[in-house]
Amino acid sequence: MERHARHFQDELDELKGRLLGMGGLAEERLRMAVRSLVDRDGRVVEAVLTGDAAINQLHIEMDDRCFKLLALQQPMAVDLRSIVAAVKINTDLERVGDLAVNIAEAVRRYLQHPPVKQLIDIPKMAELAQVMLRDSLDAYVRRDLGLAQKVLAQDDELDELKTRVFRDLLACMLRDAATIEPSLDLILISRHLERIGDHATNVAEDVIFMVSAKDVRHQ
Amino acid sequence: MTTLLRPLSTMTSGTARPATPVKIDVQGMNFYYGAKQALSDITIAIHANLVTAFIGPSGCGKSTFLRTLNRMNHIIPGTRVEGRVHIDGQDIYAASTDVVGLRRRVGMVFQKSNPFPKSIFENIAYGLRTNGLTKNRGEMEGRIEESLKAAAIWDEVKDRLTESALMLSGGQQQRLCIARALAIQPEILLMDEPASALDPIATQRIEELIYQLKASYTIVIVTHNMQQAARVSDNTAFFWLGRLVESGATEQIFTSPTEKLTEDYVTGRFG
Repeated sequence: MERHARHFQDELDELKGRLLGMGGLAEERLRMAVRSLVDRDGRVVEAVLTGDAAINQLHIEMDDRCFKLLALQQPMAVDLRSIVAAVKINTDLERVGDLAVNIAEAVRRYLQHPPVKQLIDIPKMAELAQVMLRDSLDAYVRRDLGLAQKVLAQDDELDELKTRVFRDLLACMLRDAATIEPSLDLILISRHLERIGDHATNVAEDVIFMVSAKDVRHQ
Repeated sequence: MTTLLRPLSTMTSGTARPATPVKIDVQGMNFYYGAKQALSDITIAIHANLVTAFIGPSGCGKSTFLRTLNRMNHIIPGTRVEGRVHIDGQDIYAASTDVVGLRRRVGMVFQKSNPFPKSIFENIAYGLRTNGLTKNRGEMEGRIEESLKAAAIWDEVKDRLTESALMLSGGQQQRLCIARALAIQPEILLMDEPASALDPIATQRIEELIYQLKASYTIVIVTHNMQQAARVSDNTAFFWLGRLVESGATEQIFTSPTEKLTEDYVTGRFG
């Protein structure tokens, strides 16, 4: 059986490369947003707030590429699943970029107040969200079902942390009304981190669909 | 290539969509051209009022298999069939089977349109007359109109029925051949690459026609065009080297085939 060298395969490889580039940008922006909070660094905040253009540009370019591949190559089976997954992953990564901006906005407000408390669980959440995002992208590259499953399992942990953050900050707010404003921003940040975990989960689910053709969403 | 190490006969997954009754039931068919075996151990159930597409690379046996379904292979000397083909529970290879009657029930349309060098009217009338299917001219004219309408060509030819069929375009000739096959009211329509010689517009008309015809007929189509198989069929069977590798619901075959061979073929990695 002859295996043809194909222009289409090059296009698929290129698509994968671009998607990884997009993933790298999303990861970097999340990392910076978290650093701006932990280091209380206003300059990093501004860098996140003004640096969304590259990821937005890639978002549009990726969709365009996928759209053309579907129209011109009429892919089937695993090729079709890969492109459909790429379209969806693309959207999730762009949303992660947006959420990094949302986090930076909350950090900017938060930094106008003295610290409410020592941050423990939010950095944990940030670390976990970054690991999930990285793992979901690694799972995509390596077509690794096990790693994708691991991402799905981690989402519960992130949700629990978010609940704990909320409870702790609620206690702060009840003790001291002056902490209400900054506490609300921290709650928002935890909410954004939890959403990033949801997007990483979506990516992992798309990887499972791409590799095994199984739809594991909403289970 | 581990798939190849498994016995291929275990690889069929059976046709999905059991919503309609089985029209054609094939069990363990082997087919030989002289000493050369062209089909091995084919088992498949083809359901009524659905379109079943046969796909696979050239020489994989899909057209050969199609022809076994109305014993068209019998006109080729030195061929031999083993196994069982039942249509509505009746063994079509039984000694008692009337082959002419069988082919009346199982019509066929070929890759290259082959109208008779006669008028459009006569092309349809011929089959009706030789089969003694109409009692008088009025009934025959009614039947001809009905067939041409069913093949979606009536409006284009109704004012020129006495003109030669050879004056029609390729796409029209093919629809005339479909009308000719429909005129004798078959139950099953076998189509061997019916649109491969047609332009996209004519192809679309044939595909639309196939979609409409399945309400009344069981349709089996051989096609090299995978997008066509995906568009027109309910079930798809993939043949390779004379074997049925996988069959199932068309959307499953084209989105998530079970067998690696099928996946490699539908994604264009060989064939």
